Amino acid sequence: MGQHLTESPVAPAPKAPLAGLGRYLPARAKVGRQLPGMARTLGISLASMAVFLLLWQMSASYLYGVEASARIERTVREQGPEAGAQMEACIASGDVSCKPNTLPFPSEVLHAAGLLLADHREISAKKAEFNTETAELNVVRAEQGLDPIVYTGRPSFVDQIGTSLKTVAVGFLISLLIAVPIGIIIGLNDTLRIAFNWMIQVFKPVSPVVWLLLVFMIVKTLTLGSDSDTSFLISCISVGLCSMWATLVNTSLGVSSINKDYLNVARVLNLGIGKKIFKVILPSAIPVIFTGMRITVSVAWMVLIAIELLAQSPGLGSFVWEEFQNGGSDSNAKIIVAMFVIGLVGFLLDRIMFWVQQRVSFEKAVG
Amino acid sequence: MLTPPVNLRDVVLDFRDLTKVYPTPTGEYVVLENLQLQIKKEEFVSIIGHSGCGKTTLLTMIAGLNDISRGEILLNEFPITGPGPDRGVIFQSPSLFPWMTAFENMMLGVDQVFPHGTRRQREDIVKYYLDKVGLSQWMHRRANELSQGMQQRVGIARAFALKPKILLLDEPFGMLDSLTRAELQDVLLEVWDKEKITAIQITHDVDEAIFLADRVIMMTSGPRAQIGDILEIGFERPRVRKEILHHPDYYRYREHLIGFLEH
Repeated sequence: MGQHLTESPVAPAPKAPLAGLGRYLPARAKVGRQLPGMARTLGISLASMAVFLLLWQMSASYLYGVEASARIERTVREQGPEAGAQMEACIASGDVSCKPNTLPFPSEVLHAAGLLLADHREISAKKAEFNTETAELNVVRAEQGLDPIVYTGRPSFVDQIGTSLKTVAVGFLISLLIAVPIGIIIGLNDTLRIAFNWMIQVFKPVSPVVWLLLVFMIVKTLTLGSDSDTSFLISCISVGLCSMWATLVNTSLGVSSINKDYLNVARVLNLGIGKKIFKVILPSAIPVIFTGMRITVSVAWMVLIAIELLAQSPGLGSFVWEEFQNGGSDSNAKIIVAMFVIGLVGFLLDRIMFWVQQRVSFEKAVG
Repeated sequence: MLTPPVNLRDVVLDFRDLTKVYPTPTGEYVVLENLQLQIKKEEFVSIIGHSGCGKTTLLTMIAGLNDISRGEILLNEFPITGPGPDRGVIFQSPSLFPWMTAFENMMLGVDQVFPHGTRRQREDIVKYYLDKVGLSQWMHRRANELSQGMQQRVGIARAFALKPKILLLDEPFGMLDSLTRAELQDVLLEVWDKEKITAIQITHDVDEAIFLADRVIMMTSGPRAQIGDILEIGFERPRVRKEILHHPDYYRYREHLIGFLEH
């Protein structure tokens, strides 16, 4: 199938264990191999986490030192040695007003996570209270044909995660609705595949930011005159457009590279076009399509943050941006909390896709 | 003419000046040239020959999966123009859809061929043939959970269940180990003895050809392959493997075929 000019298939990566590294490790490392698999994996993971935390702690304390001495020097230069000594004492006391602003320590991040959770509980309580207070009034308003009053206070961090998930879910659906049908059509037809190929090659590498601007131009014009909030629409369409390419390429590849024996059976049985597509071609392409969809989900989640940040639509992206802008004493720590949450949610989304893939596919996927 | 005279009314499949040409950059490559052959009703024919002699090309042309360059193939006096379920094919690889169960794989074909029957009737057809090939217990297993041999049993059951006018077997046991192969030959013969569907089988295996066929057609090596010789196998049906192996004619047939293939 030399015609298939689109990007090389995103095949499941071969399992490449680090076994090859074994011979570079001291002989004692062999003890690890005798442990049962699970315990070994867990042990290695915990150990590497400890190393990671240690490196983080060391980097943070180095950067803290650099920032602190620079601040003291500047104070000495500008306000004299006395003020410098005061600054040094202030920093040593850990006071918020003169805290060096740099990479936060792991402990600070943990503390910030606690703060964010406490904040969430507080806001949820307020929201619940608000809802009970307005419940009666809303019933009356509904009878009068008015919109109910809703809580419009500041969203908590957890609410922001929910908003982001919603955006990514809608964006993912949009990408599937575009990529899977087009992928099937161009997979079935050589001429259309060539016709679409340049488009895929040119648009696939375009940055999420540019997609956002393009979607913004179009949506802005289409919604002229309406005063509804378009930022959600803009960000989920952009997420869909950025992330759909892997699904598109894999769908067309999966469809076009179907086993010829299957097609021969379909021809001998005189299957109609509908049965041929839904009973033969699609099921055979499902493993490859799902590999593409898994990539789409992770790309969608990755670009979402950047897009939310620019589109000013609520979510984790705007949370990170606001924290960076307001520069509070614990802002850096909160940004790192967001980073871990983004990573963990992305990991979970991938696991979910993997699980679904296992359910629907006749081949075993590579995790 | 090597073909014995046959009553035209009994002819199911009639090859007339059949020629297959593949275009290549250096000119035409003639695989088969002016092939003449008639196959009678309820006859089991084996086609044997060296690799590349155009056996499979011949079979795919009958199946309608491969275009005919010149001449024609008449099936019950109508020329073949494309594939259809009136010609059941048992492929070399089992060609079941791995995402469906054995039962579903067969239903896909049966639904297609008997659209007017009730669902119950169609299910009964599928169950009957799965039982015939010894897979009643396994019919709700997905195809990729079955062994190669079992998958090919489903392939046999599927081909018979569609009640084709003619059965085409493309080295159906070529990928199996010899024990499984013998087992499946028995299964095939058992079903075939009941249904008597005119069958054309391609094989590399001399013993298989003798055991299964009424007539063995030997093809000369390509290009421009021709029918080199035809051997009538006179064993009574139903055939029992043991009896045939001890039959005095068996080694005569065998020598005849091997003698042809070695030249």
